[in-house]
Amino acid sequence: MISTGDFSRFLETFAARIHDAKEELTQLDSAIGDADHGINMDRGMTAIMELLPGLPDGDAGTLFKQTGMKLISTVGGASGPLYGTFFLRLGTAFGTATEIGPTELAAGFRAGLEGVIARGKAGLDDKTMVDAMVPAVAALEAGVGDLPAALDAAAIAAAEGRDRVTPFVARKGRASYLGERSAGHQDPGATSTTILFESLRDALRAG
Amino acid sequence: MKKLINTPEREVDEALAGMAAAHPDLIRVEEPNIIVRKDAPRPGKVGVISGGGSGHEPMHGGFVGLGMLDAACPGAVFTSPVPDQMLAATKAVNGGAGVLHIVKNYTGDIMNFEIAAELAQAEGIEVASVVIADDVAVKDSLYTAGRRGVGGTVLAEKIVGAAAEAGADLKTVTALCQKVQDNVRSMGMALTSCTVPAAGKPTFDISDTEMEIGVGIHGEPGRRREALRPADEIVEMLVTPILEEGIFASGDRVLAFVNGMGGTPLIELYVAYRKVNEILTGRGITIARNLVGSYITSLEMAGLSITLLKLDDELLRFWDAPVKTPALRWGV
Repeated sequence: MISTGDFSRFLETFAARIHDAKEELTQLDSAIGDADHGINMDRGMTAIMELLPGLPDGDAGTLFKQTGMKLISTVGGASGPLYGTFFLRLGTAFGTATEIGPTELAAGFRAGLEGVIARGKAGLDDKTMVDAMVPAVAALEAGVGDLPAALDAAAIAAAEGRDRVTPFVARKGRASYLGERSAGHQDPGATSTTILFESLRDALRAG
Repeated sequence: MKKLINTPEREVDEALAGMAAAHPDLIRVEEPNIIVRKDAPRPGKVGVISGGGSGHEPMHGGFVGLGMLDAACPGAVFTSPVPDQMLAATKAVNGGAGVLHIVKNYTGDIMNFEIAAELAQAEGIEVASVVIADDVAVKDSLYTAGRRGVGGTVLAEKIVGAAAEAGADLKTVTALCQKVQDNVRSMGMALTSCTVPAAGKPTFDISDTEMEIGVGIHGEPGRRREALRPADEIVEMLVTPILEEGIFASGDRVLAFVNGMGGTPLIELYVAYRKVNEILTGRGITIARNLVGSYITSLEMAGLSITLLKLDDELLRFWDAPVKTPALRWGV
């Protein structure tokens, strides 16, 4: 079972990894977007780090709902509403539970993914964060019998999804303005989503 | 990076404080970083707000005042503002007649404005939105995010602001904004890149002998990179795709807007305007009104954009109506 403390560690890990990847994400975004993805994600996750100590020990739902609202209020761009909606839906799915099992975890991430798709209107192969998130969530759902293996599979699936669409032409977001010129560039949103699933695996494994 | 700033983190806040200090007769700056017309809300008047990333000054904050915007929401540099800002701005300008959101077509802007509109409506404020998407450099298809909102936004804000000032209701103001969108097209180009302060280095590399045709207002790459040409040829490259849209015909009256991207001197903009005038005159199109200057910029990028708006008597009347904002003033 996963405790709220474990999830806090996941957010801390995600924040630290985003901070480390700030330059890389911004670099990827310079090539096909507007050069702000790393800066924006780092600003948002820094705000989450400031938020965490003030949150009372409680349920996972509150943790993620607060995280989502904070991201929507601090990040801007496309990543603020998208990651914000993801965490809001995750928090709503977890509700007042303080212990989350693999089945609830997978269901929560499915709800988060559906929120991202509803907000951003991107589908598979549009070359966005959705391309990393769809296979990762499917891996969580397929692996409910063995949580550590499922977390590992999800992180690998996210990275594979990210790399699978690198040769593609972007069809959503600012990269779509490049048309054919976007092909061959790694998508910054799929990259930060891969970092999210790697952080989940590493934080929960450490626990 | 060489910039006249203190720190990248404080740039937007300090610029807003500077604007508030420079124009206390026109605007006020409120938390969470919104620029509001000094006398807002005006009872019975439709509120008109816009917003977007910073770095495009004077758009949008410089257009807040009589006859134009009631409020502007600046985000971080090149990053759309957050819903909290648009919600606060909507409330600050709501005089009971509803509020129009003028949104440039970027994925982030659309989503953040959408969330804000939902929240404002939940609080009982009537909100309408019009998306400006006038950049012909971008293919408009189901497989892209659609055309970017660029120079046409400035013209829409002026014309729509005038109608709201004259007492038009929300439905009328919204339809007018859509009419501007339907009749306006733009295209831009860059000679140099810009540097996002927080990134610290130029967004793209471009040599002294190259130019980027079809560039956006965030230094995002355009249609193609090619060898630098004389101004007249560059103007041809921008005006031709606009005219191919099928909106403008011989006998039409247009507003021609030649806009600097931030790093281009006015003398070069007039060289370009001369050629725009020559091309349009040759096609039998009359430039009834014009705007030449840097009004929607991309930090210190050198380059320009050209915007054409087909005019009728209604658009002409609202364009000519009095305006008094930090960046645009006439008739007052």
